[in-house]
Formats: sequence, C-alpha cells, structure tokens
Amino acid sequence: MKKRNFNLLKKSLILILVLISNISCERNLSDDATLATYPNTAEIFTDIPVDMGSNFYFPYGGDANNPAGSKFTAWSVDTHVGYKGSSSMRFDVPNANDPEGNYAGAIFRVDGAARNLTGYDALTFWAKASQGVIINEFGFGEDFYPNKYITTMKNVSLGTTWTKYIIPIPDASKLLKEKGMFRYAAGTQGTNSLGYTFWIDELRFEKVGTIAHASPSIMGGVNVSQQTYIGSSTSISELTDTFNMATGLYQTVSVAPSYFTFTSSDPTIATVNELGVVSVIGSGTSVITATLGGVQAMGSLTINSLGVFTAAPTPLNPASKVISLFSDSYTNVPVDFFNGYWGGQSTLTSQLNINGNNIQSYTALNYVGIQTDTQPINATSMQFLHLDLLPRSVASMNFIIKIRDKGANGVINSDNNGNATVDDKEISYTIPSGQLAVGTWKSVDIPLTGNITNQKNNLALIVFIGNNNFYLDNLYYYKN
Amino acid sequence: MMVKNIKLVAFSLISITLVNCSKDKSQTVVNFKNLVWQDEFSVDGLPDSNLWKYDIGTGPNSDGWGNNELEYYTNRSENVKIEDGNLHLIARKEAYLGKQYTSGRITTKTLFSQSYGRYEARIKMPWGKGIWPAFWLLGDNINTVSWPQCGEIDIMEYRGQDPTRIVGSVHGPGYSGGSAISKYYTLPFNRFDNDFHVFGIEWGENYINYYVDDVLYNQITPADVSGPWVFDHPFYIILNLAVGGNFLGSPNGQTTFPQEMVVDYVRVYQ
Repeated sequence: MKKRNFNLLKKSLILILVLISNISCERNLSDDATLATYPNTAEIFTDIPVDMGSNFYFPYGGDANNPAGSKFTAWSVDTHVGYKGSSSMRFDVPNANDPEGNYAGAIFRVDGAARNLTGYDALTFWAKASQGVIINEFGFGEDFYPNKYITTMKNVSLGTTWTKYIIPIPDASKLLKEKGMFRYAAGTQGTNSLGYTFWIDELRFEKVGTIAHASPSIMGGVNVSQQTYIGSSTSISELTDTFNMATGLYQTVSVAPSYFTFTSSDPTIATVNELGVVSVIGSGTSVITATLGGVQAMGSLTINSLGVFTAAPTPLNPASKVISLFSDSYTNVPVDFFNGYWGGQSTLTSQLNINGNNIQSYTALNYVGIQTDTQPINATSMQFLHLDLLPRSVASMNFIIKIRDKGANGVINSDNNGNATVDDKEISYTIPSGQLAVGTWKSVDIPLTGNITNQKNNLALIVFIGNNNFYLDNLYYYKN
Repeated sequence: MMVKNIKLVAFSLISITLVNCSKDKSQTVVNFKNLVWQDEFSVDGLPDSNLWKYDIGTGPNSDGWGNNELEYYTNRSENVKIEDGNLHLIARKEAYLGKQYTSGRITTKTLFSQSYGRYEARIKMPWGKGIWPAFWLLGDNINTVSWPQCGEIDIMEYRGQDPTRIVGSVHGPGYSGGSAISKYYTLPFNRFDNDFHVFGIEWGENYINYYVDDVLYNQITPADVSGPWVFDHPFYIILNLAVGGNFLGSPNGQTTFPQEMVVDYVRVYQ
C-alpha cells in the first residue's frame, strides 16, 4: 500500500515537472508522460504467478526437427509441492517421442506493464527435479520481440532436493522496462530420451549483493582476426559475462549483444552496430572491441579488409536445371557440412558474407569433404558439377576434386586410403596447379561421367585435395 | 582533511554501538578510547620503518610459515607499498627464489606491542581461490616460550574462495591450528572484496570481543578455550597476504593475479 502511494506521488511529481516544462514550450502533454515509471515488482512466482497478468506463458514453436514445438501442457502450478508455501511451478518435460512436442520450453512474458529491474542484480529461484538432470537453459529477457536483453544460464544441474539458483544480471541499468521475466528450455538429450519433471519455486528478481568481478567476453574471449573485403558483414559472437559468486565459484551467462557497447578502432574501415553486426566499408585493419557496464570485455575481432572484392561470375544456368549445394543464385539443398574435420585433416573452413553473397573460405587445405549423406543427391538427369574457385595462395600441388556416389547400401564405403569401395562409385578430376592463379576465379565444370555415369542417384560426397587457400562459390550440379 | 572527518564520524558510530553492547549483561566490556598507536598510511612509498618491519622469505623453518603457504614474502615495492593513502600488500604469480608466488607481510615485532586494548584496521579484501589475507596478533614472548604458548589472536582471516565470510580466532596451548577457538562472521547481502570494512577486537582481562564494522559478533573468554588463557601479556601486530596453504588450499586456474589486500589504517587504543 505504501509503495503504491509512493509511486503515485512519483508519478504526480513527474506530471508536474512535465506540465511545467510544457507550459514553457506550449506543447500538449503526451500520454507517455504518465508511463515514466514502471513497477519494480520483484516476484514472478511465489505460490501463484505474481502480477504477471493472465496471458503470460508462451511456449516455443516448432522447427524442422520438432514440428510440434514445446509441449504446450508442460507447465502447470503444482499445489502439492513447494519449497516455501504450498505450491510451485511444475514442468513436465515430455519423452522425446511425444507427438505433442518433444521438449519443454517457453517464455514468461508479463501481460501488462513492463517492469523496472534496475534495482536488482540477479534472477533467483529454488528448484529440484524428479531425477538428477541437466537443464539446457534458464534465463530472462526474452519477450519474442526484440529480445533485446536475453540472459541465459546454460546446462544447469538440478538435483532431487531443493537448491537455490542465481542468474546474474549483466547490467541492470539497461532493464528499465522489461517484460521477459523468465525463460526455460529443457529436453531429454541427457536422459536417454525419457521425460522427467522439475519444480521451480520462489522465482524472483533479487538484490543479492554478493555477485562481483564481472568479466565479460566476446568472441569466446579470444582475439580473432578475419581477412575480408569491403561489403562483407559479420557478427560479434560468443558473448558472455562471468561473475564470482558468494560461493567463490564462477557463473557464466550468455548475454545478448545489447548489453555491450561495441567500438571499432577505425570506423572508416569497419562499423559495428548495437547488435554487434560488423560492416566492412573500407580497406585496412580495424579492431572491434566491447565493454559491458564499463568493464572491458576479453576478446576482439580484427578485421583485415583487403578492399574491393571481385565476386565469382554469376551462374547463368536456369534454376530448373540445377541442384545447388552452395550458391546465392539458387535455392540450396541441405548439406551435412562443408568440412567434416576428419582425422589427419588440416583444412579450416569459415563462411564469408560479402555484399550479401556467401562464400566458403578454406585455408590450410590438405583434404576436405562436403557431405550430402543425410539427404543424398539424385543427379541421374544431371550432366555436370560446377564450381568457382578463387585461389588465395600459390599451390605446388594439383587441385583434385572427387565426386562420390554412396550406392544402394546407403553407406559411404571407403578403403584405408579414403577411396570408394563396396558399392560406392567415384570420379576424380584434376586441375593442374598451373591453371590456378592467385586472385582470379577459376570456373570448373566436371562431367558426371566415367565411374558414375550409371550411378549418380546417391551423390553423398565431394572431396577437395590440394595445398591451397581458396574461396569456393556456386557449387551445383546441372544439365544443359 | 575531509576524509579524516568522515572517518571520525564513522568512528563515533562504532563507539556508540560498542557502548550499547556494554549494556549486555552477559559480556564484560571496557571501552578503549585512548589512541596510542596508529598508521594511516598517508605517505606514499614504503611502510614507515619506525612502525613496521618486513617478514621476508618462507618462514623461519622454510615451511611456508608453518602452514605450507606457497608465497615468498619480499620487501620489494612490487609486494608492499603505500599508495593513495593505503597500504597495498600485493600477491603476484611469479617465479621467485624457488617459489611460484610473491607477496608481503609486515609486523610491529620489537617495534610495538601491547597488552589489552582495542586493535582495528580498515581493509579491502582480495579475492579468488587460495588467497589468504590476515590481520592478527602474536604474543611478543614467542621467542622465549614459542608458539602456541605465546598466544595468537587472529582478528581477521579470510579465504578468497569464500568472499562473504571472515573468521576471528584465538590460538593457545591445547587449542591451536585446526583446534583454534573460532567464529565466522558473514556479511549480509555483500562481500568483503567489494569495499573496505573495519575489523577489530576489544581485548581486556579475561575476554576478547570481535567486531566487523559496527557488529560485535563474538566474545571469547577463558571459559571458551580448552587450555590455559595466554592473553595477559603484550602482543604485536601482523598484516600479511598469503597464497595457498593448509587453511584454504592452492589457487587454481581461475584465480587472477595480482591480488591486493588494501589497508586504509591500523589503530590501537588503550
């Protein structure tokens, strides 16, 4: 009651101030003026949801692997179990084969006024589970749009007795009006696909006072450098903040980019926005660094811009006669990977985006495979494999491309030397090293003939062998 | 000057509290108000040699000061210095004369000792596993009767991996080392490495009262110790920042260095 009065008083004071200032400039009072303060309610759930409104539970939707999404009935209020009081929130994580959803996950978004959380330093709760289990994610700050201040504690170990959990707030001064009170995602990856139950009670924001020594980091805390070109864009990733807790242990949370302030050492070469998206606009070197709450983050991204990029020739084959694995000119089929990181392999891969054009970058090539094993390609009607290569280093070895069909047994069968065996068929195509010039795109069209002339309905692998650094673009099968 | 005034204000608050404590009939409390010894660490550089001397090395028996501590104490300014009005004892991770860490330890041995009185220091703690700062007293007859017969009064010990708690103890014959008479004090809603706190004792005949800031959290009397009461002779002061040792284990990969124990002042009253 007292608090309400205080808020009213605050509001009226603000109103008065606004009125005064508006009299002087003769503007009408905006409706926003009355919303200058937001409630600082700490509790989310005690024995019942607290000031959450009526429509606050939003399960995650489906995706390709799980069309049903989170099981809608996973969350309930259990009036028989409670850490404190008579009830708690109960989460029934379904079995992995549950047709109504193979996991549990949702946001709790306040249905009503957003809350001012600037006076707190953590989201805390008590939890236990029906068995020892690792919960994928607990957090806050997700409201489904714009999810600006998501903070997530990952791989949380729950035991079978009530334990208190503390999720540090990276920078509470940002949380002036937050609606995303709580989020969770829990699957059965660690429980042999079998469901379980966990309970959460006394879910609230708190000023714990014992969270200290924030240590934010970007790019996984490592100084990363990237060679790229004008027009490319990339994102600052692996954003975390690590705190020393009262227990003396460290707690790391994954943090949304909006908590950070990003800086480019040379904005004429690269700019960075508040979401950590880096745009390369000039040639030269610029280092992207960040701070969170005034603390310098570990890690950086150095952009080495080589200037204007000459893109690969735009493919002219009609889409109806193409099966594309990697090209911005076509719709691509699913690819398992562009680098299997096989044993003995030195090849590294990264993807560049230059003016919206995606390019695979390979460095330190000895060999590397691009695999379509999960969904093999039926290229029976196709005649060629096309690819564009941009050599970035002088090669002494020839560049060899192998194309493999995995045969009717559905398995990629390789002998000790990595060559096709059992029912697999393979062709090998060689580009003499003398035909590869650094900085010049080489377009190759490999006839799907020879060993695979009559067996190219289960194409599962493309292998590159050589010792180049190179870019790859426009990798597709086609017919004339 | 301003700062000093503020300190005086804070000080009188503490006095008031202690006066209040004296109303507790279960405790014997004498208020010590006569300031007899102090170091405000107000001059940058090295500690005043009239007030402090260094303990250097790994202890008289080269055993990590009896605790298997991992540091080598030096008299270098890298480990002991006065800066910005505070004493800094600095623990570093560096190979030095056979040890992997260096740090600092200063004492008033042979320079100042006193029986009874009020001893207090205002300290900001370091942090991290294996970091062990202490503010403590040893009986100045240690060289004749040895430890623990000389007595030891630990006004404050702290483990870097336990940042919300300090412990105050006495050691004597029959109650030393792991059998010391101790009590922990946990700071509510805060931790000791965030800011400065005052750690003190009021020590009189047959009692030692322990306090942190304005909270009196323990009294130890002859009835509490399982051996003779050896706290009726002069004791001298030690400030040190140990690394590792039996009390708390070694630092781990997450312990960051350097770590600093920062002391605003040490004051003794009679």
